[in-house]
Amino acid sequence: MKTIYTSFQEAVKRIEDYSTIMVGGFGLVGIPENLIKALVESEVKHLTVISNNCGVDDWGLGLLLKNKQIDKMIGSYVGENKEFERQVLEGELEVELTPQGTLAERIRAGGAGIPAFYTPAGVGTPIAEGKEVRSFDGKEYLLQTGLTADYSFVRAAKGDRYGNLIYNKTARNFNPMIATAGKVTIAEVEALVEPEEMNPDHIHTPGIYVQGLIEGIQEKRIERLTVRQEA
Amino acid sequence: MAVQLDKALTREKIAKRAEREIESGYYVNLGIGIPTMVANFIQEQKEIVLQSENGLLGIGRSPYEDEVDPDLINAGKETVTAAPGASYCSSAESFAMIRGEHLDLAILGGMEVAENGDLANWMIPGKMIKGMGGAMDIVHGAKKIVIIMDHVNKHGAPKILKSCTLPLTGKGVVDRIITDRAVIDVTDEGLVLVEVAEGWTVDEIKESTESDLKVSESLLNTSY
Repeated sequence: MKTIYTSFQEAVKRIEDYSTIMVGGFGLVGIPENLIKALVESEVKHLTVISNNCGVDDWGLGLLLKNKQIDKMIGSYVGENKEFERQVLEGELEVELTPQGTLAERIRAGGAGIPAFYTPAGVGTPIAEGKEVRSFDGKEYLLQTGLTADYSFVRAAKGDRYGNLIYNKTARNFNPMIATAGKVTIAEVEALVEPEEMNPDHIHTPGIYVQGLIEGIQEKRIERLTVRQEA
Repeated sequence: MAVQLDKALTREKIAKRAEREIESGYYVNLGIGIPTMVANFIQEQKEIVLQSENGLLGIGRSPYEDEVDPDLINAGKETVTAAPGASYCSSAESFAMIRGEHLDLAILGGMEVAENGDLANWMIPGKMIKGMGGAMDIVHGAKKIVIIMDHVNKHGAPKILKSCTLPLTGKGVVDRIITDRAVIDVTDEGLVLVEVAEGWTVDEIKESTESDLKVSESLLNTSY
């Protein structure tokens, strides 16, 4: 029913320069590792990327950045990446910082057909500049717009040929909303399973939002390994 | 003048005092940095649920080496475990919990706090902007917002000001400030000194605070 890709190059082939792409993940957790690598190889340029973070210097979206494929980044925290800082200071990269909860809701709204909404986050701060402020019950709120994208890339633990997806633990993060907000959503899944193996009650992303799937082996790099010593 | 504690001890002192803000039954979000340390001091008899804005309600202890799951981190991107009773959710739902004020308490770090409860803790003009992450949402998202920080900056200048000089994270959002020297409440009548830390006097606190400070009638001296 959905396109099942057998190569990551094939999955990203249609993406053109100047596209807007949303990418799931929080830090390096839940990122579609191989789709990002294939985008780097595709040499597609002038991308607008919407993602909570921008990877680290040598992994995740940091790879796209290093290859100078991103013109504009919309995210909430980009502090783990030196190349990011350099490109912003040189004027090569435009950044739109959005509070994390606002970003999540802008993507959710975009996917749910809601053009804009009011939120308290950012009232009286630099991000309120140029935005409508309105009071409800004596409290001020900012008008924020929904976000959509030409392509959405998500990472799930399991998926089936109907496009249904199940995420694992905190690798869920932005993935479910991002899956809803792309005109074309491609899911990189750790395991492509038979529909019978997916309990309909446990599906996080219903298949209607997903146009293509591909199975991919993940490295799952850890940014801050924190362990407890054996007593 | 009180003996200056070293940095690690000062942080521990602030974190331990902040722990007293947490009551059994609370849902709590702890910010990145010293606020995360507060979790290490939570008394065992308290039953609380720690929320991590990346989609974990019920942060557990750090994993043993053989328990590490790269798909399971806190908002500081450290590997964690899930506590008994934990649940996972999307970032949108996580911030719905926050924005909807379902959390009882958030403990966050601060660069500057003003007497009207304004908070600045995310950027210094001229320095590279890293982003606000979830801070701007969280300051609107708990019934009580407690800021923990050093009382003065590294040059000895006050961080509790008449008005913030740095770009704001939130306007009028702070309820209580806990520093290495004092506990101060933000009220409609201005800042009220409610506790003084061991080794400090009311006068010393006033001198190192730019805003006017009222002294609470029930002031606690040497409270931590």
